[in-house]
Amino acid sequence: MNSKVKLLYGILILIALLLPFQNFIYLVFAMKVLCFALFACAFNLLLGFTGLLSFGHAAFFGTAAYITAYLCKEAGFSPELGIVLGVVGSGALGFLIGSLAIRRQGIYFAMVTLALSQMVYFLAVQLPFTGGEDGIQGVPRGMLFGLIDLKNDVAMYYFVLAVFLLGFAIIMRAVHSPFGQVLKAIRENEPRAISLGYNVDRFKLMSFVISAALSGLAGSMKTLVFQLATLTDIHWHMSGEVVLMTLLGGMGTILGPVVGAGIVVGLQNYLANIGSWSTIATGFIFVICVLAFRRGVVGEITAHFKNKN
Amino acid sequence: MFELLGITPQGLVAQLLVGLINGSFYAILSLGLAIIFGLLNIINFAHGAQYTMGAFVAWIGLTQISQWLGFPELSINYWFALIVVPLVMAGFGLILERTMLRRLYHLDHLYGLLLTFGLALIIEGMFRHWYGISGESYPAPELLQGAIPLESLGIILPKYRVWVVIISLTVCFSTWYVIERTKLGAYLRAGTENPKLLQAFGINVPLMISLAYAYGVGLAGFAGVLAAPIFQVNPLMGSNLIIVVFAVVVIGGMGSIMGAILTGLGLGLVEGLTKVFYPEASGVVIFVIMAIVLLIRPAGLFGREK
Repeated sequence: MNSKVKLLYGILILIALLLPFQNFIYLVFAMKVLCFALFACAFNLLLGFTGLLSFGHAAFFGTAAYITAYLCKEAGFSPELGIVLGVVGSGALGFLIGSLAIRRQGIYFAMVTLALSQMVYFLAVQLPFTGGEDGIQGVPRGMLFGLIDLKNDVAMYYFVLAVFLLGFAIIMRAVHSPFGQVLKAIRENEPRAISLGYNVDRFKLMSFVISAALSGLAGSMKTLVFQLATLTDIHWHMSGEVVLMTLLGGMGTILGPVVGAGIVVGLQNYLANIGSWSTIATGFIFVICVLAFRRGVVGEITAHFKNKN
Repeated sequence: MFELLGITPQGLVAQLLVGLINGSFYAILSLGLAIIFGLLNIINFAHGAQYTMGAFVAWIGLTQISQWLGFPELSINYWFALIVVPLVMAGFGLILERTMLRRLYHLDHLYGLLLTFGLALIIEGMFRHWYGISGESYPAPELLQGAIPLESLGIILPKYRVWVVIISLTVCFSTWYVIERTKLGAYLRAGTENPKLLQAFGINVPLMISLAYAYGVGLAGFAGVLAAPIFQVNPLMGSNLIIVVFAVVVIGGMGSIMGAILTGLGLGLVEGLTKVFYPEASGVVIFVIMAIVLLIRPAGLFGREK
């Protein structure tokens, strides 16, 4: 990482730290962006760096959201324990779905993950403790480590920011490690990676489980922020949204999913009052991105600077 | 024996018929997906939305178009709709292929999936915006209203449902016949195997690809018209169906036309039987079968890895 990029990250973190001291951006909105940014970054580890398009990531996001909501509300767990168990749950689900899905390649992989996540959705509709159509509402944010009261939005914001930075750091570490290099090799040319002696399936599965667990982390955080877990979190529209965030921001770039999440969440906030237009707009962005804008926002900017140099 | 399980023969037959109908829809839709995938290498995510659109176009033709055009007597009835709607949908498919999908052939397959996903959202969102999610009812044609009583068995078969099963099987098997037994089908299969070589022999492959997409979309529209009198015409009718159809396609594998038809029908029946014996699992049984097939035979029952 060169000094200019380091400077950029420093400025971004500083802005994020100073965010509670202004009145233009609502903190709840900022927290929502951070949760979805983490979700999109986790997804990007799989799509952008391993080359696997999962169309079922809502299953992990939603499962962790439900687990955390249930444990914190009905079982009276502390928020940190609820989050950890949510992440464990989504990681385990990621292991199950991942080991089935990696048996097929390409578009079949996408269809298998979509179908399995739809199964998880049906379970969420039918199981007794998920609250059916209502979901689990009124989840208490609780006291973090028994010390910090998360009912305060500023405290909650810093907690979300810390968790986001942790997740982001894990992904960055993974991408830049030898493990990440193998993932990229699989993305570029799977037969070659096999012939070099790598156990490709194991790497794919590990990438899938990490991605699922971090998606779960995002889902658990979202539950605490909004104090609810509903069927929306686990529906395939959510899987589509995270694909869109990654595509729009730039697949295979580190910051792309964060930018994409910011744009998509902002747009939805803006369009929320006019009903179905949000779905239509999402669809149009998809079409435009695929036809004319495949590198995404960050990808285009990076390409621009590379050309200049 | 039936009484022991607490199931009446009437109930069993009714659920089997429902299963067969769902199976017919799975068969038509997975057939269309298989044809499109064979030539375009694209998974048409918009297939469900195009099925919804078929149902809506039929409903608009029956009830709305007279007001739009200002001819009170004008109404496109069911039988016309059965012919006109697939043609309209095929035309729509042709436009999509010529303007958008064509630009993606040199890219990774995933972009086709993403583009058609976007199209699905647009179509679904527009119908939801105009007509809400409550659903519109579409009456069955008079000829097919009522039921056929089979007194010896003590059951009655609704005429329209029997018709749906017969006509969709006819369409599926004629498509199979054309693809597997005629010269046109031979070109199509050659195009699936090796488009470049086929083009070198002087066949207009790009045109064939366009027509294949149009045919697949037309089939989806046709299924939509058939479904309109059974289910409510509803913007979400396709998106729920298409995910099940994807599972059907994974189970069957897309290598074979007959495989797609048989898997569709078979899984419809299995789903119907599950509704009789263990209703709670009927929503997920196809996904469970998919998981088992992936474990035992990852390429799918009739599939070969491409």
